Amino acid sequence: MGGSLILLVLVVVVALWMVGAYNGLVSLKNQTLNAFKQIDVQLKRRHDLIPNLVNAVRGAMDFEKSTLEAVIQARNQAVKVNAAGPEGIKQISQAENALSSALQRLMVVVEQYPQLKATGNIGQLQEELTSTENKVAFARQLYNDTATQYNTKQQQFPTNFVAGLARAQPADLWEIEDQAERAVPQVDLSMKPKP
Amino acid sequence: MSGETSLNLFQQQEANRRRTALLVIGFVVFFAWLGFGGDYIYHLYTLAEPPAAYHHTFPWFGIALSLVAALMAWYAYATGPEKVLWSTGAREVVDATDPKERQLVNVVEEMAIAAGVPRPRIWIVDDPDPNAFATGTEPLHAHIAVTQGLLDLCTRDELQAVIGHELGHVKNLDVRLMTTLAALVGAVALMHDIAQLLALGVSRKREYLADAMSAQFTRNPLALASALQKIESADAPTTHIKRGAAHLCIADPLGRRLTAHEGLFADALATHPPMAKRITILRGMGYAQLKKEGGTVA
Repeated sequence: MGGSLILLVLVVVVALWMVGAYNGLVSLKNQTLNAFKQIDVQLKRRHDLIPNLVNAVRGAMDFEKSTLEAVIQARNQAVKVNAAGPEGIKQISQAENALSSALQRLMVVVEQYPQLKATGNIGQLQEELTSTENKVAFARQLYNDTATQYNTKQQQFPTNFVAGLARAQPADLWEIEDQAERAVPQVDLSMKPKP
Repeated sequence: MSGETSLNLFQQQEANRRRTALLVIGFVVFFAWLGFGGDYIYHLYTLAEPPAAYHHTFPWFGIALSLVAALMAWYAYATGPEKVLWSTGAREVVDATDPKERQLVNVVEEMAIAAGVPRPRIWIVDDPDPNAFATGTEPLHAHIAVTQGLLDLCTRDELQAVIGHELGHVKNLDVRLMTTLAALVGAVALMHDIAQLLALGVSRKREYLADAMSAQFTRNPLALASALQKIESADAPTTHIKRGAAHLCIADPLGRRLTAHEGLFADALATHPPMAKRITILRGMGYAQLKKEGGTVA
């Protein structure tokens, strides 16, 4: 009698724990998915901003056609890959990284033409671009943090027993692919006075 | 790191929900105690009266005072954020055109993304002393206010770090407790000193936590360290922010000397931890990060 009671309590405790662990995993999974969607939102914003940016500097930068072309091409490529759907996270991140470096090159070029900077809206434009790049970066950061948390939870003992039940799959992290890109010198767009 | 932080976050949110509830309950219970206590005394007083005279048998005072207190607490909770903002004379930033304000909006949007919370409403307090605070009762309806002085003085990175700190308060629901406290202080002048003591007890540890959250969002603890340095060296009090809302701010707006001290006495009486200690902790984080990335200290 006493033995079966203890067994019953044990079963209830294990069941309650399983419910908690399962719900925790599902919640983390949804947070991860949501964080991924947020990256998407920010990337779309950036794609919409770029045509405006290029138009704003086009007149003054006829002699830098190749840089502008590179930006537009990278942008169109990124839009195309994004339209293909979220399963190609590797491809998307490659295209977006290429766009980031094209934009950085453009901003370096803009810095080199003081008369261009003097035309007013360029400062504003730089701020918008900085912010856009930051938003993409922070959205990725949130995604990576959430996904790491989700992955860790799945693998940790004893939650890993419930992971199969909750259909938890390790989430891909958003990575910067090649070493050369990682080494792109940080362009200072923050409008800080130079020290 | 992120697992640990999230555990802290969850505990912190729970603790803040609980403490806010306790605060509101305590407020109502205090007035109920006054009312029913009065009833009881009046009851004893009229007990010896002749049968024809008035006998206080029904606890009118207690019921009335409890109802009034409950109403006041509900009102304070519901209108707390507006009251706090109103008391500082803040103006909301909508359709910013000024470059500095535009930048502020961008920075707040960036940090909201990093923190994974909805974009809060943004306010500017027209005060030359650098300071900032957050208010609201939940992340969905949060407000962030900065002083004009902060906008003028800080670089983009520093502003970002300060906003990160404030969003840390929003995310772990510190704002709910702090705002309710400030509103209750405002509701009853009599409560002022009691609530002030409560405010002291609740705000020191969470400043360190919000600093750490800012570092997590921006990945740039040194920026917050240098922002705090600037806020600290601009020693003037933030005149627009009144005593009742002091515990909401990133730095003590009253510029009290006590804040700079460590020890039992200061721990018990200052609303903010010593700036020097906060800066030291943040620098420690920054250097550890630089070391890990193989860079050198700039």
